[in-house]
Amino acid sequence: MALSVDAALYRWRRLGAKSPSQTLSESTPLLSSVRDKPKLNLNKQRIVFPDNKRQWKDWKQASPFYAGNRIQTTKYTWFTFLPKNLFEQFHRLGNLYFFFLAVLNWFPQVEVFHREITMMPLIVVLLASMIKDAVEDYRKYQFDKMINSSKTRVYDKEEHAYVEKCWKDVQVGDFVQLQCNETIPADILLLYSSDQNGICHLETANLDGETNLKQRQVVMGFSSQNTFFEPELFQNTIICEMPNNDLNKFKGYMEQPNHERVGFNIESLLLRGCTIRNTEVAIGIVIYAGHETKAMLNNNGPRYKRSKIERQMNMDIFLCVGLLFVMCLVGAVGHGIWTGSFSEHPPYDVPDENGEYLSPFLAGFYMFLTMIILLQVLIPISLYVSIELVKLGQVFLIHNDVDLYNEEADLPIQCRALNITEDLGQIQYIFSDKTGTLTENKMVFRRCTVDGIEFSHQENARRLETHKELDLDDEDFAKLQHFTLPPTNIETPDTYKQKTMRPLRRCQSARAHFQGHTRNRSLGRRDSNQSQVAFSSPIEKDVTPDSRLLRRVREAALQTENLSPFIHMKTSTSLTDFFLALAICNTVLVSTATEPRQRVTVPPPIKPSGITLEKIHQIFQRLKLASLSQSFSSSQSSSDLGASFSARNTEEQLAALDCCDNGNDCCASGRGDELQGKDSTDIGSASLDEVFKSVTNSSLPTDFCYEAESPDEAALVYAAQAYGFTLVSRTPEQVTVRLPQGTLLTFDILCTLGFDSVRKRMSVVVRHPLTKEIVVYTKGADSVIMDMLEDSAKDDISKEKKMKRIKEKTQKHLDYYARDGLRTLCIAKKVLNEDDFQKWANFRREAEAAIDNRDELLMETAQHLETKLTLLGATGIEDRLQDGVPDTIAALQEAGIQIWVLTGDKQETAVNIAYSCKLLNQRDTVFTINTESKETCESLLNLTLEEVRKNYEVEKPRRKFFGIIPASFASSEAPGPEFGLVIDGRTLNVIFQGGLEEKFLALTKHCHSVLCCRSTPLQKSMVAKLVRRQLKVMTLSIGDGANDVSMIQAADIGIGISGQEGMQAVMASDFAISRFKHLKKLLLVHGHWCYARLAKMVIYFFYKNVSYVNLLFWYQFFCGFSGSTMIDYWQMIFFNLFFTSVPPLLFGVLDRDVSAETLLGLPELYKNGQNSEIYNLSTFIITMLDAFYQSLVCFFVPYLTYEDSDIDVFSFGNPMNTISLLTILLHQALEMKTWTLFHLVTMIGSVVFYLVFSLIYNASCVLCNPPANPYWIMERQLSDPTFYLLCLITPVIALLPRFFIFALRGTIGTSLILKAQQLDKLPKGQQDLEIQKLRSRKQPTSGAPVPSPTSNDDLDQNIRHLCVSPFLHPVAAAVSHRDTESQRLSTSEVNPLRKQTPEKGYYFFNRWAEEESTATDPSAGPFCGHYPLVPSRVTTPGQDSGKLTKGNVNNFNHGSHRRSVSAVTL
Amino acid sequence: MKNKTSVLPQEGEARPSRCPDNSAFKQQRLPAWKPQLTIATVLSTFFVTGMLCLSVGVCLILSANSVREFQIDYSDKCSDCSELRENSSNWNKECHCSVNFTLEEDILGDVFMYYGLQNFYQNHRRYVLSRSDAQLLGENVNNSYCSPFTTYQNGTPMAPCGAIANSMFNDTIDLFYNLNSSVIQVPLLKTGNSWWTDKNVKFRNPKSYNLSSAFAGTARPPYWQKPVYLLDEEDERNNGYVNNDFIIWMRVSAFATFRNLYRRVSRIRQFANGLPAGNYTFNISYNFPVTKFKARKHVILSTVVWSGGSNPFLGIAYVVSGAAATLAGFVITAIHLKLRKRKTCFQK
Repeated sequence: MALSVDAALYRWRRLGAKSPSQTLSESTPLLSSVRDKPKLNLNKQRIVFPDNKRQWKDWKQASPFYAGNRIQTTKYTWFTFLPKNLFEQFHRLGNLYFFFLAVLNWFPQVEVFHREITMMPLIVVLLASMIKDAVEDYRKYQFDKMINSSKTRVYDKEEHAYVEKCWKDVQVGDFVQLQCNETIPADILLLYSSDQNGICHLETANLDGETNLKQRQVVMGFSSQNTFFEPELFQNTIICEMPNNDLNKFKGYMEQPNHERVGFNIESLLLRGCTIRNTEVAIGIVIYAGHETKAMLNNNGPRYKRSKIERQMNMDIFLCVGLLFVMCLVGAVGHGIWTGSFSEHPPYDVPDENGEYLSPFLAGFYMFLTMIILLQVLIPISLYVSIELVKLGQVFLIHNDVDLYNEEADLPIQCRALNITEDLGQIQYIFSDKTGTLTENKMVFRRCTVDGIEFSHQENARRLETHKELDLDDEDFAKLQHFTLPPTNIETPDTYKQKTMRPLRRCQSARAHFQGHTRNRSLGRRDSNQSQVAFSSPIEKDVTPDSRLLRRVREAALQTENLSPFIHMKTSTSLTDFFLALAICNTVLVSTATEPRQRVTVPPPIKPSGITLEKIHQIFQRLKLASLSQSFSSSQSSSDLGASFSARNTEEQLAALDCCDNGNDCCASGRGDELQGKDSTDIGSASLDEVFKSVTNSSLPTDFCYEAESPDEAALVYAAQAYGFTLVSRTPEQVTVRLPQGTLLTFDILCTLGFDSVRKRMSVVVRHPLTKEIVVYTKGADSVIMDMLEDSAKDDISKEKKMKRIKEKTQKHLDYYARDGLRTLCIAKKVLNEDDFQKWANFRREAEAAIDNRDELLMETAQHLETKLTLLGATGIEDRLQDGVPDTIAALQEAGIQIWVLTGDKQETAVNIAYSCKLLNQRDTVFTINTESKETCESLLNLTLEEVRKNYEVEKPRRKFFGIIPASFASSEAPGPEFGLVIDGRTLNVIFQGGLEEKFLALTKHCHSVLCCRSTPLQKSMVAKLVRRQLKVMTLSIGDGANDVSMIQAADIGIGISGQEGMQAVMASDFAISRFKHLKKLLLVHGHWCYARLAKMVIYFFYKNVSYVNLLFWYQFFCGFSGSTMIDYWQMIFFNLFFTSVPPLLFGVLDRDVSAETLLGLPELYKNGQNSEIYNLSTFIITMLDAFYQSLVCFFVPYLTYEDSDIDVFSFGNPMNTISLLTILLHQALEMKTWTLFHLVTMIGSVVFYLVFSLIYNASCVLCNPPANPYWIMERQLSDPTFYLLCLITPVIALLPRFFIFALRGTIGTSLILKAQQLDKLPKGQQDLEIQKLRSRKQPTSGAPVPSPTSNDDLDQNIRHLCVSPFLHPVAAAVSHRDTESQRLSTSEVNPLRKQTPEKGYYFFNRWAEEESTATDPSAGPFCGHYPLVPSRVTTPGQDSGKLTKGNVNNFNHGSHRRSVSAVTL
Repeated sequence: MKNKTSVLPQEGEARPSRCPDNSAFKQQRLPAWKPQLTIATVLSTFFVTGMLCLSVGVCLILSANSVREFQIDYSDKCSDCSELRENSSNWNKECHCSVNFTLEEDILGDVFMYYGLQNFYQNHRRYVLSRSDAQLLGENVNNSYCSPFTTYQNGTPMAPCGAIANSMFNDTIDLFYNLNSSVIQVPLLKTGNSWWTDKNVKFRNPKSYNLSSAFAGTARPPYWQKPVYLLDEEDERNNGYVNNDFIIWMRVSAFATFRNLYRRVSRIRQFANGLPAGNYTFNISYNFPVTKFKARKHVILSTVVWSGGSNPFLGIAYVVSGAAATLAGFVITAIHLKLRKRKTCFQK
């Protein structure tokens, strides 16, 4: 869409400017062979001329067509503000209506009030909103200004140098020089990088939220430059595509003066908003600037947000208009008939100025208009102003909530939108970003299993635990980080010992809370002091080794050192291999702390050992290579020949490494003896600490920083480091690892098979320096690795058994990890013999050289290699969730909110996080849809939909059965099967393009949570829009990065998380919070309150106006429908403006129907707002009827009292006004649930003010209100007992029915809100108890975590539990299940492991899982009888039916913790 | 969460923390009374209200019943006159009629004599506005609100202007007591019937040495028979704008059927205790035409009590609402008792 607009714009511009492009030939420049000047075919592509001396003229010609780099996100300018703002304000029907009335009142025939009086409210309303808009826009303007005036270095052709310029002055064609840690000002084609290989590292967090580094490649042909880039020499013309919003696609070529063309793609484009990392200098030419950059095109403009209540209100205003019309019609017709009924004009029918009388018809018509003015207040005149005021008050209170204040960042919640507070209480869908929103994006190594033995790393867990307490220290610590020693030694074993005494617990809320290392990613800021470490906050870096494992590693290390390397002791080598794999099998770059972001590409000179000679030889060889590589134009894979290095770098690094080697030397020598001694004695016991210390010491001298493409890779490397396997350096060819003993091993990398999401694994092929074996180390998702394990050798039965056992155990552990929300990875290895490898290598080479099907061939080769693996172990990495995320998500789900996670991240990660933050439950059935073809997608959607519906149909009869039982019980049963849906970006594309939205939505409606992985920012916003539009629900988007901006803007409420990833999300958001957990209170408490308050207030306003205006209407029946009023104008105007306005305002700001504690304790109360229970059509109509009733009472009681007496018009109106005031205020009092001093004061104050005002006004006003001076009326009434009698009885009669219904509801009603209100009265302890009771009754089977201290994860214990109860004593376990089931109502503390309902059916959609279930579970036999298999194999019309095994309902009830995942991958 | 004085690193301490105040108001924790509709409060409210209303209602009905009122419609009884008045050309012909009636019992206390009009819409919007308070205050202004009764075509302003003044009720009613075939005129007070503030603040004659000169240059309204300074020729202080009948007429009535206080019976001689029972005669000078717009004229004799006139409505309203509240109380009691029984056995 944006693209087409752009194209139109360009066409227009082209026509507007008489450019040479008019003479353009049809052929594209690609095909054209015209030799002369390049054509400007701006319609189809963009041609960029460099802004240097040589091509200055061309540049001058072309550049006006391109947008400058100035951005403007404001809505108005100085000149357009007034007309545009007024125009926008008159979109509000109310304003238009009042404007119409004001105009109408200027006609004398229909004039009712003084002309100025009707103008007043309108002007007040317009002015107030105008000021608000101006302030909002001004803030945006200031932010734009800040961005526009940030500085960058641009080449100046006059001075032949790079000069500092503001961002806004950057133009297309400019050469821009960027330094490390600078933010990129525009979309820039990379032409030079200080890196030898022409690589520039980018952090794209601002765009997609991913914090890993991306590599960008200099345009081919420029990469080999070893001299500094000289803009004047650049003579090429760049031709590329038109600006578009696709972040992943970019194509173009560069035409050299000799008409050679060099192509380039997205790999060479630096996108605006990203940050340069790890590269000293980069130079590029600006391709797109300002609003044409990809980042900006991905940001859709702001949307005028109107809250749901306001929309509903506008609807009701229409109803009121209808009502008004009817009433005016009654008046008009009545007046016409009344006038026509006289044969002769009576003296009270006053002729007009000329003494003529109107015909009945005309009189009726004028009366119609008069009545409109008279009854205008029926459309609540003060409502808009009041709502604005109330929202300001609500925003003020939200802003000042201490609970929403983040102490670390010193940030309270920011409310940026002032007019949608009440929408917070009506949210039905939440779209959340993952990275940085749910998680802190910090990966921490938590557990591992090697050879089927689990190492729980309890110290590590405890360390994470204690981080919260230490975080203040850490804060300081992070600042000093690059001056001090690595953090590994900060917490000495002694502290651990002390902490062991504490009971183990890990509940999410107590999680580390760590933000010490602030990454500096905000736009425009450039100070780089703190941002030098990419993925290494201390919490990620220091892994406390498991003592048991550490001991074994020591043993193993000694064995390998002592014994001949060719003799294999199985256990020891697999341990070593495991850690070697962790250290090697990745693409991590190494840099040192002293020179961060500089890659260590040279393995340090090695201390004397067996391999040194060979090593040095190698170095020399590589030096040779480096000198050769000058003229080497590289492709991506070969360019990483990091051997070429500048002299300066080498020197520094050598120096650094020298000193570390010295340290190492002494350490190693001292340690050797020590260890020898330890070895001979008992290794296990008391000396452990010392061993541990020595190990940590050994890694001290060199503090390596690891920069990985994904944070979990870094986490693994750090984990390996903790066990002494330190990754020292990495080049594309070699990788060096220091072993625990201090020896440096350098592996030749023979091949690296990178990670991709199809294979879900990566491998490295290395040659072991000692054994000379060719080893393949593979790391990948458990689901794939487990399939690729070696079929155990038939000959060796014991070995086979052992392998099988290890596999089973590991799988069990993996299941447990996954259940625990850890990201699991399996580590495996394979030893190849030389011949096989050569064969494979040839194959591979062929594949690489292939032109067609290259990707497929490469994939095939990779799969060919990664077979028959030997399982080494598995790891569990924790992507640290933010504080309180699971708790928040559980509460929100309980509140009936559907939560979708939309992330750009890969699927496995997203699913893992979803599990760990309790978005998906272990018991849930999860459907995964990954496909690229429309047909498969459609059939898959149909299938799953059918599946889901089947389940719901099974549920239905049960529901009906329970439906007979009273309401409170019906809802307590029916534990519907919970479904989750995982879908990826490609599939989303198919859905959007193939028109499958409806089916998709139908499916998602049944799923309680949905995950969209690998989705682009645009897709995110499309999903949000789709749901919002099609389902007509209230949506909320929450995210922290620039990639979430469009999603934030697409939803009804956008929430930005501040402080993590720059300010873009915050700037686009309506509310900015600093932690995800704040969402809980924001929605459940503030949202509920705001909604309840505002809804009640709005409805009250309608009531108030109708009941008041109707008094005038009823009077028309007694005054010949002549439009006369019995109440003085001023009192009438003031009635709404002053006498009755403050209490509802105060009510709207301060009322609390239920206390915050109860609201948090019972999230279900939120549904009240979700279903719009307070303000919907029926409540509106009921209120209207009540208003009619009350107005009838307020009119007719005085009427009948004064009937046939000598009462005059205004003396009759005065008590009526008073009565009405009392009734309206008392009505408000009935609605109020909280009475503070303020309420009391305003309530009484209103009445007193009315009386005082009336007395003064009536006493002083002999002549001030010309035709009807209400002189002395109030005074007279106050001396009349009838007045008091009236004022007493009328409100009683008017409010009796309402009070009666309230009382009835209080006695019999069972609404949750009422119960909650009663709860508030109880003392604290009892209150908690009652809340528990209520909750357990509401959802006895839901997996909502009961926050109990016992539900933590001491793995050993849990594993035992897991091993014992379900497998060995299945029957007993089942019995215990049922026991718990039955006891659940009474006990709130339920062991979470036992929560599994035995009846649950599990779906296994992948082959392996089926095998697994039968193979590993012999004990499941007895249960099969109870729960017969239901094989329902459905073959889809898809192609790859082998993978499409489907719908095998398996009664996998033995308590395995395998997640039931139905993955249908095509 | 407490408002911790957070130990922020270096630069954080210099800057004041943005942490919101932990005051009760800002944290929405103001001490509050939360009214709960518990059964006790509900029932007590209903019963107390019911009882109060009932008792007040009974008092009101009793007092309203003590009011003695006598009303007679004379628009038909003086049919000759009414026919005469239907033709507006006869405006200067006088017409008198007398209406006889008998009081069956004494009317004791202060007796007020009202004239009542039925179907006369004094509250019509344009009619209500058609006056000039400034003029009535003695100021010399030309007010457009009075139109078309502002000036004559020759430019002479009307005094008083406006439709209200123009249509002033101008019947004169005298009451005679027929005691043993002798006719005694009942003494009636024509002053003190209007509001004190109207008489002394709101209505002022223009300042001049005498009234006729004060109104020099003005003319009477078209319907009037005599100019405004001749409204009461006997009493200087009841003449001009401050004439009682005029003031009362100018206070426009709220409804189409209304009564205006005309005279009070002066409690002297045999009327010291009010009007004794017997035969009476109203002698009416019939000027005010009503029949052509289907209005009716009454004359009313009535006493008043503290709670107003003879209208029993307020009392009835109190009694009915009191009864309703009490009934509601009983209903709720019944429901509560029934529910409580069910609830208790249900919880067991």
